[in-house]
Amino acid sequence: MLVPMEWLNDYIDPGVSTEEFCDRMIMSGSNLETCEYFGEGIEKVVVGRIEKIEPHPDADKLVICRMNVGEPELVQIVTGAPNVFEGALVPVALHKSHIPGPLHGQPKQEGGVKITKGKLRGVESYGMLCSCSELGFEDKVVPVVHKDGIWILEGDYELGADLPEALGLKSAVIDFEITPNRPDCLAMVGMAREASATLGRPFTYPDIDIKEENGAGEAKDFVSVEIKNPESCKRYCARVVTDIKVEQSPWWLQKRLMYAGMRPINNIVDITNFVMLEYGQPIHAFDINQVKGGRIIVENAKPGEVFTTLDESERTLSPNMLMIKDAERSIAVAGVMGGLNSEIEADTKTIIVESANFAGESVRRTAKDLGLRTEASARFEKGIDPNLCADAADRVCRLIEMIGAGKVCAGRVDVYPEPQEPKVIDVRVSRINAVLGIDLTREEMVSMLEGLEIGVAGEGDIMTVTPPTVRQDLIQEEDYVEEIARMYGYDRLPVTLPRGSNEASIPYGWQLRDLVRDSLCAMGANEIQTYSFVSPRTVDNVRIAEDSWERAFVRIINPLGEENSVMRTILTPNMLETLSRNMNRNIDKVKAFEIGNTFMASELNKDHLPDEEYSLCIGIYGKGEDFFSLKGMVCEMLRILGIREPLFVAESEYGPYHPGRCARICVEASPEMKAAGVDTEEIGIMGEIHPDVAEKYGMKGERIYCCEIMFGALQRHADTEIVYTPLPKYPSTARDIALLVDEDMEVGRIEKVIKEFGGKILETVRLFDVYRGQQVEDGKKSVAFSLVYRDKDKTLTDEEVTEVHSKVLDALKDKLNAVLREM
Amino acid sequence: MQEQLNKILEEAKAQLSEAKTHGETDEIRVRFLGKKGELTGILRGMGKLSPEERKTTGQMANQVRAEIEKMLADKFEAVKQAAKEAQFKKEKIDVTEPGRLEGLGVKHPLTITMDEICRVFRNMGYSIVEGPEVETVFNNFDALNAGPDHPARDMTDTFYISEDVLLRTQTSPVQVRTLLSQKPPIKVISPGRVFRCDTPDATHSPMFHQVEGLLVDEGITMADLKGTLDSFAKQMFGTSTRTKFRPHHFPFTEPSAEVDVSCFKCGGKGCRVCKGSGWIEILGCGMVHPNVLKVGGLDTEKYTGFAFGLGVERVAMLKYGVDDIRLFYENDMRFINQFK
Repeated sequence: MLVPMEWLNDYIDPGVSTEEFCDRMIMSGSNLETCEYFGEGIEKVVVGRIEKIEPHPDADKLVICRMNVGEPELVQIVTGAPNVFEGALVPVALHKSHIPGPLHGQPKQEGGVKITKGKLRGVESYGMLCSCSELGFEDKVVPVVHKDGIWILEGDYELGADLPEALGLKSAVIDFEITPNRPDCLAMVGMAREASATLGRPFTYPDIDIKEENGAGEAKDFVSVEIKNPESCKRYCARVVTDIKVEQSPWWLQKRLMYAGMRPINNIVDITNFVMLEYGQPIHAFDINQVKGGRIIVENAKPGEVFTTLDESERTLSPNMLMIKDAERSIAVAGVMGGLNSEIEADTKTIIVESANFAGESVRRTAKDLGLRTEASARFEKGIDPNLCADAADRVCRLIEMIGAGKVCAGRVDVYPEPQEPKVIDVRVSRINAVLGIDLTREEMVSMLEGLEIGVAGEGDIMTVTPPTVRQDLIQEEDYVEEIARMYGYDRLPVTLPRGSNEASIPYGWQLRDLVRDSLCAMGANEIQTYSFVSPRTVDNVRIAEDSWERAFVRIINPLGEENSVMRTILTPNMLETLSRNMNRNIDKVKAFEIGNTFMASELNKDHLPDEEYSLCIGIYGKGEDFFSLKGMVCEMLRILGIREPLFVAESEYGPYHPGRCARICVEASPEMKAAGVDTEEIGIMGEIHPDVAEKYGMKGERIYCCEIMFGALQRHADTEIVYTPLPKYPSTARDIALLVDEDMEVGRIEKVIKEFGGKILETVRLFDVYRGQQVEDGKKSVAFSLVYRDKDKTLTDEEVTEVHSKVLDALKDKLNAVLREM
Repeated sequence: MQEQLNKILEEAKAQLSEAKTHGETDEIRVRFLGKKGELTGILRGMGKLSPEERKTTGQMANQVRAEIEKMLADKFEAVKQAAKEAQFKKEKIDVTEPGRLEGLGVKHPLTITMDEICRVFRNMGYSIVEGPEVETVFNNFDALNAGPDHPARDMTDTFYISEDVLLRTQTSPVQVRTLLSQKPPIKVISPGRVFRCDTPDATHSPMFHQVEGLLVDEGITMADLKGTLDSFAKQMFGTSTRTKFRPHHFPFTEPSAEVDVSCFKCGGKGCRVCKGSGWIEILGCGMVHPNVLKVGGLDTEKYTGFAFGLGVERVAMLKYGVDDIRLFYENDMRFINQFK
């Protein structure tokens, strides 16, 4: 909401500097976006008259103007503007002057532009003739007549007069941020009311006292109003003005609109806009000649009706759109935009002034369906007090009368089936004090509320409050708590700490995620975070099978684009994208992980949401990294979570991974699952990324290693309780063995047999060498293990160890055909 | 004989001065003091001497022996030292060569920031609660007193999965879940991801993170809210931080406020970070609207509460001077590594 201080001063004298005004308004709830000072930065710019225009000898598009700037000598200025003419009054930036800019066709410069004399194509120019935008007005507010050229000043000004002085250009313009609960503040009167309450100074309402109702007859002679849909139109108020003279508005009116961000058009349109800004009430004006039968009917559109709006667009209407019609046809989309067929034209003589109240929801739907959001529709959507209609209509008429642009007919035609009553409630002094933690007296509160034009009755603790009907946000006691709080000042409220317990708990899942982050960071991995929504194509990119669960997406109805249109089911694609981006940027080694939510579609309704589960993804590439360096990280992380013996089961079918370098990560099933006949539970998968997938992500020929682990499963199996095991008292005995086995014999199987037959006294078994080559026949490999035997209760004898060790060797031979090699 | 002894002593001295290694020194020891050594030989021959001669020669021989032993010991020590020094010289390294370590990894800056915020509130007794990112319209809007026409409900502002289901636009629905499942005193924070229909640019992201808090108990006042957030700001941004509460509007709180903290870069003097104002807007808060408490079936005469929320990205950007929010989701390792 742009508030030009000069305009606000019509209603209230703040009595403080603009800076203090801003600060105090902020603290009472009108937050400041910006405060600009118009007219600042205009120096040595004067009013001048073009006495003579001569062609430029060397440039077709330039002319030489001889300017009278109130000095005995004429000043020569060269301009390229097409709209200059002899006798025109224009702003002249003299030699060594300063203007805010930007210069025509150039970008805005911080601090403005200095103008000095110079030569244009060989001809001396002692300054510059200025356009509106060169003097600091935004293009969108510049009147069309001045838009593509020099600002031609209307009216009488002394030649050589300082321009800002002569035109009254200096004014602070404050842009207030208006919160959605306060549509009443989207109006100068509303801001004046706030300022008055904030500063404790009186304010006056606009002048609506029409001096002479001297139009040709009474309004009701010209127009009748019928509301057929009172749900969507709470009030319709019409006035009639005759003898209209459509012309440019006086400068004071144009200036206010321009400061407030609107482009002046003509006096009638400008006045309707002025009153809209003043009261917050949108106004529309019809040419009465185009309102057939003088009848205004407020009614929904016919199905499929086609209507041309003021912006000359043809629009197809639907029956839930509210229209203004005359005896024969539609003439406006209610609260959104007028029709081309009833527009005010230069020769319009009599107008109907519409000041009506349309329901926010209806206007919102219509504007949305038509794709046509206007200043008026935005205001109706936010909600307007229907009690404003009459005053606003009167104000329009008063202003037309004031500038001599027409004669006002007597009376209003006002259809108002259910007048809006103020919402009167009881609020308690004690409650307000209790919620705010203060101790104000009733009298103090009453004075604050009355400053906001809230009537207060009742006695003792009870205040029976009557808000002005524009304050549609004042409904419950809490609303008054807020009024008192902001009028008292948030900064004056005491500062205390709540009593009560300081014991806090953290969800187990949160703790585990913390632990995983800590352990992976300790192993050198960096955490990443990526979007929860992805492209549905990501699963194609990572070669997920057609009917696989990873394709059961939760879909967004209104995504930003296809690439963000579904919720991710796995993290791996985002990880690959991240790795690829880093590789592209020549980062030669990356270890990264992400812990994030994944989403699985299921039946969706308000009682049933998709399954969400945290997932952990690790991705690595670079020198020294391979399947086993990743496996090492995974195992160490699992160990920290208390998962000591994960199983890695070779997997050759899963799309994203190299068929020979992929493993499902499993853990021993819970006792319940075991009872149901399941021995192991899968918690995730890891491996080298399939070369086709790597290529898809722009990492052709690179070896990428990833794993993805379901956090829910981790959480079920995690055991972070640590119980100490006594240190061994007795010595251990180590036996190293080398076995000759078939090439495809898994080390894991051998270990399993060793552990099984090593029994209680086998403390550890560790693979320390795998050898192929000389002395090992083709198709075989030699695997070497170190076995450590120990009894926690005694020193093992050589015989005892040998006995068990032989059993191990026998079993290896019998079960796996693993033959002991000579070491 | 005495001459011989003197000669031996001189010889030992001469030889030892030549010796360079432990081995050579030991050879000298054997040569002079060993069982077949020169001095031993002389001592053996003493039987032939008269008792007086034996006595004086014996004394002298012992003296010579002691002297040689002393010289040997010194020499052994000296060659040992020399050997060590030679070794040290050989083992000298260039200490300016770089250290070798597979460095620690680092948490994402948003995690770091969120952890810091959560830690402060945990120390003040707030438990962490979590909820789903895909939420019901009821929990995200209806229960939070956002009217049916509230603009945030628009498809242009909020991502929808269905008519009743959306991507949460705030973590406040977790507060609703908490109100529905717990009885006062309730003292929780809900950190997490939220989503809004914003096209990514330097200051907007369709996904970002929030930490919101809720305290509901008997007799909670707006003064308590001020005290709590003032304490948070001091713990988070430094003990000299000041706070400023400005009236604002949120559907689920009334009265509502925005909180500015004194700029933690310039201390309030005005700089680029605070755009010259000395203040940085960082929190939204207010007294929980009774309509929200009623969702949890609470007696609003008995219980009052406050709620607050802040954006993690915003804090991280201000704190670390990050000027483009998209950097957080690009995950360039050169960016992440800076947060070690």
